[in-house]
Amino acid sequence: MILKPRLEDIKIIGYYLGKIILGLAIAMLVPILIGLAFGEVNPALDFLISIEISLIFGLILTKLCFTPLEKTDKSDRNSLTGFTEKDLNWMQGMIVVSLAWLVAMALGAIPLYLSGHWKSYLDACFDAMSGFATTGLVLVQNLDHISYAHNLWRHLIMFIGGQGIVIVALSFFVKGASGAFKMYVGEARDERILPNVIQTSRFIWLVSIVYLILGTLALSMVGMLNGMKPVNAFFHGACVFMAAFDTGGFAPQSQNILYYHSLAFEVVTITIMILGAINFKLHYHLWTGNRKEIFKNIETTTLFITIMITFAITAVGLTQSGTYPKALMLFRKGFYQLISGHSGTGYQTIYARQFINEWSHLALVGVICAMGLGGAVCSTTGAIKMLRIGIIFKALLEDIKRIILPERAIVVQKFHHIKEIFLEDKQARSALLITLAYLVLYILGAIVGMLFGHPFLNSLFESTSAAANVGLSCGITNADMPNALKLTYIFQMWAGRLEFMSIFTLIGFFVAAIKGK
Amino acid sequence: MIKHRLHRFKKQITQIILLVTGHWLLVTLCFAQSISSTELINNAKQYDGKIVIYEGEVIGDIMKRGDFAWMNVNDGQNAIGIWVNASLVKDIAHTGSYKSLGDRVEVTGIFNRACIEHGGDLDIHSQAIRKTASGRQVQERLNPGKRNLVIVLLGILCLIWILSLLKRR
Repeated sequence: MILKPRLEDIKIIGYYLGKIILGLAIAMLVPILIGLAFGEVNPALDFLISIEISLIFGLILTKLCFTPLEKTDKSDRNSLTGFTEKDLNWMQGMIVVSLAWLVAMALGAIPLYLSGHWKSYLDACFDAMSGFATTGLVLVQNLDHISYAHNLWRHLIMFIGGQGIVIVALSFFVKGASGAFKMYVGEARDERILPNVIQTSRFIWLVSIVYLILGTLALSMVGMLNGMKPVNAFFHGACVFMAAFDTGGFAPQSQNILYYHSLAFEVVTITIMILGAINFKLHYHLWTGNRKEIFKNIETTTLFITIMITFAITAVGLTQSGTYPKALMLFRKGFYQLISGHSGTGYQTIYARQFINEWSHLALVGVICAMGLGGAVCSTTGAIKMLRIGIIFKALLEDIKRIILPERAIVVQKFHHIKEIFLEDKQARSALLITLAYLVLYILGAIVGMLFGHPFLNSLFESTSAAANVGLSCGITNADMPNALKLTYIFQMWAGRLEFMSIFTLIGFFVAAIKGK
Repeated sequence: MIKHRLHRFKKQITQIILLVTGHWLLVTLCFAQSISSTELINNAKQYDGKIVIYEGEVIGDIMKRGDFAWMNVNDGQNAIGIWVNASLVKDIAHTGSYKSLGDRVEVTGIFNRACIEHGGDLDIHSQAIRKTASGRQVQERLNPGKRNLVIVLLGILCLIWILSLLKRR
């Protein structure tokens, strides 16, 4: 029997959603400051309007849905005041997360739409979801004339989304660690770096801020040496870092990374993309001196192997088509797009149509495979992820050993992920299920693309890019594509970023609300 | 007489050959009319290594690299990088951004699908640049509609805040 959700469930979900909206409103203060610093009045007004709308919704939700604990609950010291908040259960936590991303998209799109650089509100929502989900597909018009404030917001939402919208709220607004963990898991992060999930989210922020400073300085220096004006070099440095570390893929100019015409800039962004694709838990161990972990960890070894394999496929494909006459050119173009795809970033040093017009099918298959695989779990990347690929491979090895060895032999498979772990069936099953879900999502998006008349490989490329939160485009994504395709990609970006569980819970919640008793 | 006719005939043949060769060179190596960025990108193999004319607005920073510079020119569809002698960009006073419309230029140069000199970039190596229109600073005017909306929303926000205070009491 399906139980209908109680009013209390809805109130708790609404309350936490309200808090997240308030957090988003605070984040919008940053572009206002930038806008005012550069004397951009109308962009500052766009963000003021968006803040006010967010505050109105946030306040209404938090005030209407506030559910104080009963005063008899002596276990909670705050309950004596009668003004504490109730903690979340698993269902509520998952629904808060899935709805939070949709609400963030709707509110985050307001300043974008008001700027006049997007043809419709749906287009602005597309770019907002692309930003929050760290995808990088864009529908923006005339990007080269956009204000500093709006440009910063595009990259800031990638930074916020990369850390996890809810992690922002976890770090600053949520008191209960138990409810916090449920939202943390709902946002596709199931690994705790430190014992407490709030400490974990703060550590993720610490790592990101330290890298933000170092990365921005490195990119600014390269920008200035490349002849950019210091202010622009710094602004571009900060924006590109945020989008590269959070494996997003937005860039301040319409040419993406090709704008800079710089090998040094490409080398620095490759380094940042790889850092972004590494598990935050691994960052913690590297920071605390355990450098050997990088060579032993199943994720880093799998990442290394898959990069080698997919690059070999891409390189053979590019050689076949003779796209680049020199080996060094082939490496520079091929490796950059591949790393960008594998890390889930989506930075491009070629034009979108060049993928289709000049790259061979084999080279495209190499990049599609890289995009579909993704980076590490508990990183800012999307897609299937390295831990799952590693586990599936180990499970396969175990099964092969079982067949080869005598029946009485006890077969034990281990893998190293921070510590030695014995492979269990439930780990393999879970990894396979998520992998299957991603493959279905890639294929479904490709079918929708084909329904609108695009060839299979092009559709699969764009669909994988959206669902794996990559952002490389072969030219299908543009403002003139049908709304149904825009909605499909929005759904793929959302589902791909949250890794399905919270979305399945949301669907179940609505089913229960209709059919439940 | 025959010798004179033969000489005239030879002259005519030479002229025809020169004309045909000139026409062939014009068609294959040089495109006299301005070509759009979309046309260049979509048919990059066809234009590779040929002299093209490309027109658009200079955007972003002009990035000097020694005696040369990178200038990105947007024709309203895409922006393409132009590798240009630094002395040729001295006349560029405005580059496109939020607060300015960039100078419009007509670039004549060699189009490269995958430039050997620049790591495979799709670019144009400029031979000549002509400024076709001057850019200007864009004066930003306060949008009264947005200002009014800010005031109305502020009123609603205050109302909600007051109501929430009353509810708490």
